[in-house]
Amino acid sequence: MTRKLLTGNGAAAWGARLARIDYLPAFPITPQTEIIETLSNWIEGRELECRMVTMESEHSMLTAAGAAAVTGVRVFTATSSQGLLYATEMLYTVAGWRVPLVMVNVSRGLSSPITLEPDHNDVLAMRDCGFLQLHCATCQEVLDNLLIAYRLAEHPTVRLPVLVNLDGFYLSFTREPVLIPTQAEVDRFLPPFNPGSIRFRGGEPLSEGVAVLEGAAYSYFRYEAHLASLQGIRVYEELGQEFAGLFGRSYTALECYKSEDAEIVFVMIGSFATKAKEAVDRLREAGKKVGLVRPRLVRPFPAAALRGALAGKKGVAVIDQNLSPGKGGILHGELASALYGMAEAPPVLASFVGGLGGRDISSEEFFEIHKAVQRAVSEGVNPSPRLLYTEEELRGVRTMQSVARAADTKQGGGA
Amino acid sequence: MYRIRLHGRGGQGMKTAGRILGSAFFLAGFEVQDAPRYGAERRGAPIFAYVRAGRTPILERGVISRPDLIIVADDHLLAMPGAGVLSGAQPQTAFLIHSHEKPSLWRERLNLQGPVFTLPGLPENELRFRGAACAGGAAALIPELNIDLLAEAVQEELAPLGPELVATNLGVARMAYASLAAHRGAVHEGGPVSAGEYTPPGWLTLACEEPLLSAPAIHAAATSELSQTGLWRTERPIIDGSRCNRCWWLCSTFCPEGAIQVDDERRPRIDYGHCKGCLVCLAQCPAHAISAVPEEEAAAQGETP
Repeated sequence: MTRKLLTGNGAAAWGARLARIDYLPAFPITPQTEIIETLSNWIEGRELECRMVTMESEHSMLTAAGAAAVTGVRVFTATSSQGLLYATEMLYTVAGWRVPLVMVNVSRGLSSPITLEPDHNDVLAMRDCGFLQLHCATCQEVLDNLLIAYRLAEHPTVRLPVLVNLDGFYLSFTREPVLIPTQAEVDRFLPPFNPGSIRFRGGEPLSEGVAVLEGAAYSYFRYEAHLASLQGIRVYEELGQEFAGLFGRSYTALECYKSEDAEIVFVMIGSFATKAKEAVDRLREAGKKVGLVRPRLVRPFPAAALRGALAGKKGVAVIDQNLSPGKGGILHGELASALYGMAEAPPVLASFVGGLGGRDISSEEFFEIHKAVQRAVSEGVNPSPRLLYTEEELRGVRTMQSVARAADTKQGGGA
Repeated sequence: MYRIRLHGRGGQGMKTAGRILGSAFFLAGFEVQDAPRYGAERRGAPIFAYVRAGRTPILERGVISRPDLIIVADDHLLAMPGAGVLSGAQPQTAFLIHSHEKPSLWRERLNLQGPVFTLPGLPENELRFRGAACAGGAAALIPELNIDLLAEAVQEELAPLGPELVATNLGVARMAYASLAAHRGAVHEGGPVSAGEYTPPGWLTLACEEPLLSAPAIHAAATSELSQTGLWRTERPIIDGSRCNRCWWLCSTFCPEGAIQVDDERRPRIDYGHCKGCLVCLAQCPAHAISAVPEEEAAAQGETP
């Protein structure tokens, strides 16, 4: 085992390498490209025995990934943002084939306006496609969860593709110390893939993704995939324990940080959650009973674990780095549905949207979120949803608008 | 925790300098986080990178808003508000500037409170090693780092470039280190933000505005002219009128920025407000009438663009 500085992209590449992937269909997109570059260097240098094929689009890339997975080889691929959306049709399709593969998504905001910086609208747009979703907060977690993702995807009860998510820039291009296990250590946790019944061969007829032209059969197959996904919660917890036994780092569906005795809890996913932990530490120093609950699994959604972790809390602040126009923060709605009707449900469930398009969330903003929830608790009123946005930021936008002559056009009464 | 921000231009090696410092801290037993911050990468445009180093796992992420040390690879950036070099500087923030000028001049000009150090400007043919110089100079200011850790970090980060370039970079880094060795300990670790006493972020509630204003559209042509991309230039193409044969089109046609106009007398004129200094014109001129002069030199000679 060695400990070295790796970017999130580097950690993802190491995870794929240690998983001994067989097949890698690829298409470049920022901020993911470094993963594919790193793997292709290793393949070129014969450090990794893997077949890499560059495809003409992400749609084809996912088609190739699914088709290869059907033959019983270990498949890896990676994309971001617009690329993920371009592959959408095939994500749904491949999930329906019930074959294991692992895909990394490096989160990046969606067009329009176009950006390179991260938020979670890309990955959450794939919420309902059938892929399981693991969300990482550190570079170490990226490497470790890639290994766990293969076990999860290949588990005979689950057998669904898994998406491992990391944030662009804040993880993808950020180096942190990462423990890289040896191949022998990884082999003990993730042995070479035994595909069992996943075996598409020439001369052995098999039709995947067949047509069912009536609802009863369609409902059956779709609901079976849902039930298999739900099994993923238990399987992930078991794998997390097994991983801890071998590597000393444990993974659970929820990360609970100082939340046990907390009165107010932040809920968020991804790398910004470490910023929330920093804020929790500072608020604890100031005598506040506050904690963080971070789902690692978003699909399947660990509803029971969330109910357990949040029961009896006075207030919860959900911080969404995504926006569903016309609704608001997506996780807030998901959590509300999990908590509804529970006897000890937190009386305050506040919604904050922040970090869109790479917009930072400062420690001071976490302090203010805490203060707003504390006020709501004492007043007994759930606060309105809030976008984390400052006067200074709007002044900057006003300058851009004036350069873009947006105001002139208005005054000219053009339309 | 040490919080260090490095400012330079795309291509000046600030990402590498950050990684060298990050590796040196890591070798010294620190927990480390280092990252470049770039948008669409552009040679010559202002970029920055940052390094955090602490004794416990680092939970902070993203841009450093209150740096303990600001490293500046190119002193022209100090005059560019858009580069944000001074952003979040505290009274105790130290500065390390690659500059021919004296520290006292920068302290006075920018009204800096904390310690200011300069690294003597490298000669033109060694400018590409300024990343190593900045890392070496910074390592000298931090008590937990030393010359051996610096050397090991340079070796680790630059090994893929081959032994010759590693040796040259190492030489430059060592010289920069030696030049500031007397100031060991001048950079101090900053503390965390207090949740008891802090400046609130100044939130506002956005109003619903009409689409003409609230859709991301640009309602006029050529607004990009407002962006002075000439500031990205590190070398200035200068046309020698006596050698220009007024072919009237080659340099202006090949200029990827459309920054060369030809007047009625077929004389090409360079718009230095937007010339990025790519020097394509220099390569195309059949009469070899265009020469490249480093920006600093051109400015020193009083040639106003």
